[in-house]
Formats: sequence, C-alpha cells, structure tokens
Amino acid sequence: MSEKLTLVSHVDAINWNRIPDEKDVEVWNRLTGNFWLPEKVPISGDVQSWATLTEEEKTLTMRVFTGLTLLDTIQGTVGAVSLIPDAITPHEEAVYTNIAFMESVHAKSYSSIFSTLCSTPEIDAAFRWSTENQNLQRKAKIVMDYYRGDDPLKRKVASTLLESFLFYSGFYLPMYWSSRAKLTNTADLIRLIIRDEAVHGYYIGYKYQKGLEKETPERREELKAYTFDLLYDLYDNEVQYTQDLYDGVGLTEDVKKFLHYNANKALMNLGYEALFPSTVTDVNPAILSALSPNADENHDFFSGSGSSYVIGKHEETTDDDWEF
Amino acid sequence: MASLVYFSSTSENTKRFVDKLGVPAERIPLRPKDEPLKVDEPYVLVVPTYGGGNEGGAVPKQVIKFLNDEHNRSLIRGVISAGNTNFGTAYCIAGDIVAAKCHVPHLYKFELFGTPDDVTAVREGLDDLWKQQ
Repeated sequence: MSEKLTLVSHVDAINWNRIPDEKDVEVWNRLTGNFWLPEKVPISGDVQSWATLTEEEKTLTMRVFTGLTLLDTIQGTVGAVSLIPDAITPHEEAVYTNIAFMESVHAKSYSSIFSTLCSTPEIDAAFRWSTENQNLQRKAKIVMDYYRGDDPLKRKVASTLLESFLFYSGFYLPMYWSSRAKLTNTADLIRLIIRDEAVHGYYIGYKYQKGLEKETPERREELKAYTFDLLYDLYDNEVQYTQDLYDGVGLTEDVKKFLHYNANKALMNLGYEALFPSTVTDVNPAILSALSPNADENHDFFSGSGSSYVIGKHEETTDDDWEF
Repeated sequence: MASLVYFSSTSENTKRFVDKLGVPAERIPLRPKDEPLKVDEPYVLVVPTYGGGNEGGAVPKQVIKFLNDEHNRSLIRGVISAGNTNFGTAYCIAGDIVAAKCHVPHLYKFELFGTPDDVTAVREGLDDLWKQQ
C-alpha cells in the first residue's frame, strides 16, 4: 500500500515565551521532570527472585513484556508521531515528540529486563510468540488502522485508549509479582512506565476534548458513538488476549477487573463518564496497593476507617541484592 | 451555608466532579491577574494533584496562594483530592500536603472527575460533616 507522507504544512520557529495553551507547558515540564532511563533501575536485583518462578510463570512474564514492547513500539514509532500534523499549537507538537521518544525508552526497557533475567533463546521465543499471537496482532492492527485513517480526532481516541487501557492487561502481572514480593525491581521500572502513560493519556485526551469543542453537535455524537464502539471492540479482543495469557495461571478474572477499572479511566481521559459499574471494577486490593500504596484506602475518612495516615515507605535495595 | 472551594485547571476535571455534587461551590481563579478569592464561611477544599513524580509542585500554585491568605486558611475544615493511582505514592498527595499543613482531615480521594459512586459517597459524607460542625 502506498501512502502519502503527511507532515505539518508550515512550521514557524517555536516561541516558548508566547503560550496559547498553558497545558502544553505544564505537561512538557511534567514529562521532562519525570524523565528516566532503564539503566537507572537495578534489575539485576531480581535475578534470584526470577529463579523462584516456575517455567510457566517465566514464559507468561516474558510474553506479557513482549506484548507491552509491541504497544510501546507502535506508540513511539507511529502513534505519537501521527498526532503531530494535527497539533493546534507548536508546543503541542513538541510535547508529542517527547511522548514518542519516551515510548521508545519504554520499549527498550523491556529488553533491559530480558537481557538481565533471560537467555537469548528464551527472549527470541517470546518475541516469536508476540508476532504469532492473533489477539495481540489484532490489537495492534485495530489501533494502527486508526492511526492511518484521516480523522484527527479518531486518532486521538485510539491513542488515548492505547495509553490508558490497552497496556493494562500487561501491567497487571508485574504488579501481581510485586504484591507477592517478587521481581520488585522490575515492578519499580514498570511503575515509571505506568506514571508516564498516565500523563500521556491525560494530555492526548485533553487535546481530544479541546478539538471536540469546535465540532458540531452531530459530529460530537458521532465521535462519542465511535469511541464506545472502538472501546467495545478492543475490550472483546482484550478479554481473549487476557485468556490466552492468564488462563493457565488462573488469574483471568482478576485481570478483567483491572481492565474494567482502567477502561473507565481511559473514558474519563476522553471526557466521557465511566462505563463499567463498581461491581466489576473492584480491583484486587493487593494489585491496587502494589500500584499505588495509599490507594486501597480510598474511602478512609467518610467511611470511618482510620489507617489512611500511614505514609507508605519506599523499600531501598539491601546488601542481599548484590549476592548473585 | 458553607460548602466547597475548588480549583480546576483548563482540563476542567475537578470542576466536573464539583458540578456533579450539586452543592454550592466557589472556584479559585486560574490566572494570576484574576481577582483573588476571599471566603467568609467554613468550607471543604477540593484540590487536584498535579503530576506526580519527583518534581514537587503537587499542589497547584493558585491553591497555595489562596491558602496563604490567613483568613481563608482559618476557615478550611477538610480537604478532598483528585489524582490518578498511576502516580503511585504521589496519588492524591496534594490532599495529604494540604491536610498536614492546615491540620484538617483528608476526607476523600477520587480519580480524574470521579465515578458515580464517588459522587454519592462525597455528597453523603459532606452532609454528615456539616451536621457535626
């Protein structure tokens, strides 16, 4: 298929002293302030812990990470870049270049984990699985098709759903290991990715809503219907992908709650009300706690439980980490 | 009857949550040149957490300016915060910071603009709180 390369038609020198949308500066500062590289996280501290996993658990973990690598690669190489020509401000273009680069950092960080914990044949087998798994490939194809499409707002919807929803079947697993005191350094790295994706989803969703303000009521309805249709499509596929990965270890139902919870947040990033009711978003408290140590005490004061003022402590690496 | 004071950026997420509560509320102005907000009745503050990560700045500067006014600060009775659990230990940390500085309870945390369950819980919680005052 031959495609015409779409680029911004005209570029002026970017002036950071004249800012039409303060959100651009706020997000730029947050993203650059949060900058990190995988080499800073001592993954080697997980070598002993990795050895305690069963073969099935190791295979699962590697497959999950190749799946995440694929999404990050798409977002870095195509997704964030495809948003640049439709940017409203030059500062928005600059933010997308940052997002694109960070996605490439994320994609590379899974390889850092692999090279520390796994053998080359194991790594190759996991990447082969990622190219052969139909549901993973379908997920990639759905999103890629919208990135190629000619509707800028639909691209933003697809991008926000990727950032805020599609990653979470994968993010579940390192949080699960962390809650069982396994692969805790790997979990620290994944938390950095999770933090970045929150800013990306928030920002692209915000720009979608800004774009929506200029549309007719009919077109807004169309885009809303489109968003929910795409979410349902991706959700069905995501459930099958989750089954492929997690049925063997019996975690599928637990992962689905995490999917529902994050689908709601993805919709909110796009300005829409949550879809899944609280009866199916009751994420396992251990996962929520691994994700965000204070979050499981959400309803502290009004509901009268009083443990919420204990501040979570960060666990430093110990001497044991160096004994391998 | 006192109620809420809130801050919301151009994303309007916190405003949407406050609108859904349907209780009287005053908004802290966004821009430095706007007339500063002065309050004369007890209130609960609703504050979004900015960012997350290592950079500080979790409490929006407009909220800091509002609370630096001693009269405003003396009337705060509690804080409700918005955030995103993706930020880990920094989740809703703006609420923790304000609660610690002003010696008031951190009443509730919600994500983005809140789910219907959040709205119900906060509405009922506020009712009870004001009855106790």
